Amino acid sequence: MTTLEALRVSVKRGGRAILDDVSLRAEGGSFVAVIGPNGAGKSTLLMTLAGLMRSDSGSITINDRPLTAFSSLELARTRSYLPQNPRCEWPIPVASLVALGLTPTLPLFGDLPEAHRRRVAEVLAAFDLLDRSGQAATTLSGGELTRAMLARALVGDPDILIVDEPVAGLDPRHTLDTVRRLAELAKSGKLVIAAVHDLTLAARYATRILALNHGRVAADGPPDRMLDTDLLRSVFQVEARIGGVAGGAFVDYLAPTGERS
Amino acid sequence: MSRNALLTSVIFAVLCALAMVSLLAGRVWLNPSEVLRGLFFPGTQLPSLIVLQLRLPRAVLAILVGAALGLSGAVLQGLTRNPLAEPGLLGVSSGAALGAVIAIYFGLAAASSAIIPFLGLLGALAAVTLTFSLGGGRGTLALILAGAAVSALTSALISLALNLAPSPYAAYEIMTWLLGSLADRSWDHVVLAAPFILAGCALLFIAGRSLDALTLGEAQAESLGVDLTRLRAMTLIGTALAVGAATSVAGAIGFIGLVAPHLVRPFVGYQPRRVLVPAALAGAVLLLTADIATRLIHFGPEMKLGVFTSLLGTPFFFWLVLRLKGTSP
Repeated sequence: MTTLEALRVSVKRGGRAILDDVSLRAEGGSFVAVIGPNGAGKSTLLMTLAGLMRSDSGSITINDRPLTAFSSLELARTRSYLPQNPRCEWPIPVASLVALGLTPTLPLFGDLPEAHRRRVAEVLAAFDLLDRSGQAATTLSGGELTRAMLARALVGDPDILIVDEPVAGLDPRHTLDTVRRLAELAKSGKLVIAAVHDLTLAARYATRILALNHGRVAADGPPDRMLDTDLLRSVFQVEARIGGVAGGAFVDYLAPTGERS
Repeated sequence: MSRNALLTSVIFAVLCALAMVSLLAGRVWLNPSEVLRGLFFPGTQLPSLIVLQLRLPRAVLAILVGAALGLSGAVLQGLTRNPLAEPGLLGVSSGAALGAVIAIYFGLAAASSAIIPFLGLLGALAAVTLTFSLGGGRGTLALILAGAAVSALTSALISLALNLAPSPYAAYEIMTWLLGSLADRSWDHVVLAAPFILAGCALLFIAGRSLDALTLGEAQAESLGVDLTRLRAMTLIGTALAVGAATSVAGAIGFIGLVAPHLVRPFVGYQPRRVLVPAALAGAVLLLTADIATRLIHFGPEMKLGVFTSLLGTPFFFWLVLRLKGTSP
């Protein structure tokens, strides 16, 4: 089973520590939701775990092999990364967009081999995009584009999927759909790490929540232990009420901490 | 046959037809049989000399230069994901022009006809090195701004050369050269420029797959294994070789690099890699057409090629800007 391990990772930019001594070990089959206020270092953590940003100290390994020992193509085949609000810059067809996920396995010249084309069709079907395959990706709605980008990230069948705020700007239906897909991927054995702002969603679908604050791990554990008013107060500086029971718990924000209500 | 292959063959057929026309047309009109006899049974008769020594090298140069401009425009637009990008943007064209102007200014051109292309190429490489060291590795916007700064510097130095030109004749020669032309080019020019143009084009073609990945933005392209620093270096060097060599034999020729990719892009589904070959062919078609037109349109002296492409290209530029205003967020 795939194991991703970060050991005492720090990232400094401009003299300031954006990530400070972060350690994390996660295995295939889990869905790790990374939460934290704006500027906590979530995006930096995800980029560093994906090998797209150098850490200043500490080490990151996939299956006990340091990231630095991977070639960029090997790494591209092992993990997928989706940034916040991914965009498509040319009006290429959706099928071509999804096929870009196969770039690390393609030769320098020539069109898609037949096996790849079948794989693209398979993934398009799995993400309910078959009827959109010929449409220009720039004309998709936000929910459809998110699905297309997830399809792009998964078409190469990576072991690890790292996604930065996949549900930002989506309506409730597409938000639920996206998070459930991520949870299903984790169930199928992949390691999914996603930055999520919606704590209720994270608690309901993730198998584990990692809370970051000021670049440090503020808390790390299974969702039912993480929905805690004291933790929310110290990490997000909000007063909140937790309702429901474990598995169906939800968070209700009341007021910023320190403000008279 | 795929749409892509169909488009490529259509443009290629047009290019071949135009190449034939360019052998026929000029001050002395030849008929096709004279041209064919000239091509396959070289002799010392006038038609044979005109075809082999004047028009064939001119047509070959037009195709090479046009292809270099069209291809590098397509690659730079893919790299920057900016539909207004073209070789002039990175300071390549003006760097090559400055090199050539230096050769003319100091009268070095009299020593050997190879000096102008040689210094032109050197100027292009120097400009690209400066652009890359200023803006490389810090994102595409930084690269574009660095290119604009380098262009401004080289333009200022060209103006300085014109300002301080030792004689009106030297100033006139610089001006004429800057206007761009393929008139009176010989096989020597082809031999000088072709290796660099072909090497540059080869470097640019290799970038295709990475340009496709860049459709997803720099972060995703990098996550797919694209080495962005290497890609930028490769495209800059490729552009410097291809456009530097092209500019140094033909002078400054604008807008081909801007227009050619736009003409073919909608027909190939906008995918950057698929634009490359058709854009190179379209660039060759455009320049060959423009070169034939300069021979046929007479207002007294022969109209310069660079002037002609700019006159036709500028309205297209306006149209692009107007269209962008409507579509971009």
